[in-house]
Amino acid sequence: MRNTPVQLHVITRIVAFIILAFSVFLFFAGHNNPGGGFIGGLMSASALVLLYLSFDLKTIKRVIPFNYAKVIASGLLLAILTGIVGMFFGFPFLTQFFDYFPLPILGETELTTALPFDLGIYLVVVGFTLLVILTVAEDDN
Amino acid sequence: MEILMILTVGVLVTVATYMILTKSLLRVILGVVLLSHGAHLLFLTMANLKQGSPPLLGEEASSYADPLPQALILTAIVIGFGITAFMLVLAYRTYKAHGTDNFDELRGTEDE
Amino acid sequence: MSTLHFVALAPFIMAIFVPFLYHKFRHIHTGWFILPIPLLLFIYLIQYLPLGGAAMETVERSVPWVPSLNIHFTVFLDGLSLLFALLITGIGTLVVLYSIYYIANKKEEPLNNFYVYLMMFMGAMLGVVLSDNLIVIYVFWELTSLASSLLIAYWFHKEKSRYGAQKSMLITVTGGFAMLAGFTLLYMMTGTFSIREIISYGDVIVSSPLFLPAMILILLGAFTKSAQFPFHIWLPDAMEAPTPVSAYLHSATMVKAGIYLVARFTPVFGGQPEWFWIITSFGLFTLLWGSVSAVRQKDLKGILAFSTISQLGLIMSLLGLGSAAFHYEVVDGQSLYTVAVLAAVLHLINHATFKGSLFMVVGIIDHETGTRDIRKLGGLMTIMPITFTISLIGVASMAGLPPFNGFLSKEMFFTGTLNSATLDVFNVQTIGFIFPIVAWIASIFTFVYCMIMLFRTFTGNHQPEKLEKEAHEAPMGMLISPIVLASLVIVFGFFPNLLAYTIIAPTMQSILPGLLEPGEQFYVNVYHWHGLNTELFMTMGVVFFGAMIFLNARKWQETAFYLKERDPLNWFYDNGLVGLIKGSTAVNNVQMTGKLRDYFSFMFIFLVVVTGYMLWQRDAIAIDFANTAEISPYMYLISLSLILSTLVVPFLSKRISAIIVVGVIGFLVALLFVVFRAPDLALTQLLVETVMVVLFLLVFYHLPELRKESFKPAFKISNLIISIGVGLVVTLTALSAHAFSAANPISPISDYFVENAYALAGGNNIVNVILVDFRGLDTLLEVLVLGIVGLAVVVLIKFKSQKGEDV
Repeated sequence: MRNTPVQLHVITRIVAFIILAFSVFLFFAGHNNPGGGFIGGLMSASALVLLYLSFDLKTIKRVIPFNYAKVIASGLLLAILTGIVGMFFGFPFLTQFFDYFPLPILGETELTTALPFDLGIYLVVVGFTLLVILTVAEDDN
Repeated sequence: MEILMILTVGVLVTVATYMILTKSLLRVILGVVLLSHGAHLLFLTMANLKQGSPPLLGEEASSYADPLPQALILTAIVIGFGITAFMLVLAYRTYKAHGTDNFDELRGTEDE
Repeated sequence: MSTLHFVALAPFIMAIFVPFLYHKFRHIHTGWFILPIPLLLFIYLIQYLPLGGAAMETVERSVPWVPSLNIHFTVFLDGLSLLFALLITGIGTLVVLYSIYYIANKKEEPLNNFYVYLMMFMGAMLGVVLSDNLIVIYVFWELTSLASSLLIAYWFHKEKSRYGAQKSMLITVTGGFAMLAGFTLLYMMTGTFSIREIISYGDVIVSSPLFLPAMILILLGAFTKSAQFPFHIWLPDAMEAPTPVSAYLHSATMVKAGIYLVARFTPVFGGQPEWFWIITSFGLFTLLWGSVSAVRQKDLKGILAFSTISQLGLIMSLLGLGSAAFHYEVVDGQSLYTVAVLAAVLHLINHATFKGSLFMVVGIIDHETGTRDIRKLGGLMTIMPITFTISLIGVASMAGLPPFNGFLSKEMFFTGTLNSATLDVFNVQTIGFIFPIVAWIASIFTFVYCMIMLFRTFTGNHQPEKLEKEAHEAPMGMLISPIVLASLVIVFGFFPNLLAYTIIAPTMQSILPGLLEPGEQFYVNVYHWHGLNTELFMTMGVVFFGAMIFLNARKWQETAFYLKERDPLNWFYDNGLVGLIKGSTAVNNVQMTGKLRDYFSFMFIFLVVVTGYMLWQRDAIAIDFANTAEISPYMYLISLSLILSTLVVPFLSKRISAIIVVGVIGFLVALLFVVFRAPDLALTQLLVETVMVVLFLLVFYHLPELRKESFKPAFKISNLIISIGVGLVVTLTALSAHAFSAANPISPISDYFVENAYALAGGNNIVNVILVDFRGLDTLLEVLVLGIVGLAVVVLIKFKSQKGEDV
């Protein structure tokens, strides 16, 4: 780009990371409040899309060198593995467990296997959105 | 309220159907998007629009809106997103390859 | 699982290993590995035979298969099952041995295919005769059809093989399907799939209005399988199969599955006039038709095919006649009509022996001379003496000459038909006299084609110039199996009572249960000399007139009757098939226009018509104004803007405005989600809408500007009508459903989730808990869909074909 829109870049840098942080919050809040893997994933994806939109493809590719197809795959793998864990203890596929543990700093915290499962969903959603958009965008050039 | 919503859904479905029946790839895709909106709203409406609190137990309300259709619609929205994205890319490739987005010109050869 | 289950499954298990054995031990003929299986099964089954005049003990073992639908893989072994199981494994052993020499271990012969199909057939056949559950029988039944047509098409490079395979498949599978319908009707009447339980419900079935349909449907299955007129046309074309297959499937075992079915269901339907008349008349007509047609054949296998058809008709008619036995008192273990059943069982065994040996002999002749055409053959008696001897025995038995076993059952067949003429049930006395006459005429023709087969092949002038190979006697290995069968013909001819109480009486016991006192047995005593009775004179007449016709062959062989050998009924099959294909092509052409719009129109019109009709017919349209939630004023605003922006969409001609308006609609929907207390939905919808707009813009950037639709006005109006119809139907259905649910409140299933979300899953957000915990699999599959779509997108865009063309 010939005249780099400085203002856009500055704002994007700040806003994108605020959105990313918020998406992480939404993801973790998911079990008890609105949010979760889908919503967190979509929001992270839109933050990244914003980055791609305001900077050019090459720059961001240098910064975020992910292969999104692999992100999808690892997300799926994570979700399936979470489901399989229960099977080793004689429970049906995808049985989720939870319990409360006293952790340092956080205090009494609920830990659940639904969280890694949700993380798998999160990864798939992020991977999918960016994969589609980037593939189409790269084909332009 | 339900009746108003159902009428809205009816309009959405009618327009979606009309769009799907046209010849242009673009319009068909938009029609499908509208149709899925209609379906989601219909689903929500049929589960009774009772004005309970959102289905969050933290609210500790006496009644909650029905969570099951919401979960199903959530799934449907994401799937719809995936399908629409796929159709868009398909349309894009079709146009690149054949140079038209008109279904009548996209018919296969006679011997197919 | 019991050993008996294993009997039915062993061939299937063997089939799995066949390809490995074939490739691993390429130099050894695969048949040698197969041979032990039927032999061991045969030896195992023999021990169930009752010895020393004791009654046979039935064996039952059950394994649940689909318990919720009452389907159990129950193995039930009684006389009838045992007889068939022994035939299948016994003849199977001989056929496998024969095939080792018949099909050479050459590169172009896919032996592994052959033996896989053969094992599959053997297992399926054992499954049919050993199972007690109708659904299990049906599954195995169709497997035999499948295996049979695969075997017919073994030499699939031949056009005729493929035709024959398709024909047998179409006809037998159609029959099998009818049979399934019949079984279902039986289930509706009795509530069980177990045959033995169904037998105990005999009265319920007979008094039910479904009695006749069920019976006819089941008989359709039996008649198609057993090649009864008019479904027999598949059998002559099935002769394209390798000869071991013809010997095994198309004479000794598979075609007898229909006989088995009829025998099995005799306790259920037997004693009813419809059963008696249908089976007897079809059987006798098939007998006549088959024997007359056999005379016209020039191909040795063709003669045998029609001969098999006619003999199957004979057995079938005997079972029909025998069903009258239910109306008579049994004295001393026999009555006038149990003789018919006795003859049926005896002939079943005899037919397997003599027809099996004859098929093998024909295979030898084909193998050693290169042809089966009786116009080219002749004078082989001195060249192939052993083959000739075997043929002589087989043919004489088939013609019903003493002292071979065919004579015994043929005599009894005459007795059975003569007895029926005097039957005083079912109004038989009026036209019953036709039965023995038909039987007699058919026997004359049987005699004629037997003579043709024997003399045209083995006597007369040897014509080496017409043969492809130089004729010589077959290798010993190939002769073993027919020799074994021919010796059985003689053994059973001289000592028929070897079979009497070991297998015939138990079989009769299973076909005609309830006629005897407990502990009693059917009286079986088969012997040659009955004195100078009508039957003997009938046989003499057969020989005399048969010989006359054969000697005058030169005269009638000039006529059109002899020159046209193809069965006239094939016309119906061939034209029916052509018509079917033409018809479906025509329908297809109307429907498959290649235009998306037409396909969508069909679906929409169908939706409107079906749903609309049901709404109207059930008088279900209702609107309930009372039971609705209150409308807040801003709701009007949101709804109105949603409706308006939706209505605007079709009129937009700029793509950018279309995208934006659709985006606006999406955001309005998200707003509705907020109003309706669905925060998760609202968030998701908003985010999806945002990402989608980016994607839309990316893609639309490349797409052409929306053009004005160039539809003809008629099209436009029809589109409008269809879409309004769809919208109307959806609205009406939704309104009526809402009114209905308001009138009949049901407690929603989601209460469970509300109550248990925290206790069972430890989450407060019920929607999220449902997604990741209660319905986790749905979600997993959903993200799987996303993954697949992602891959598809990459493939679509990145993997273009080399020439730059789209695939």
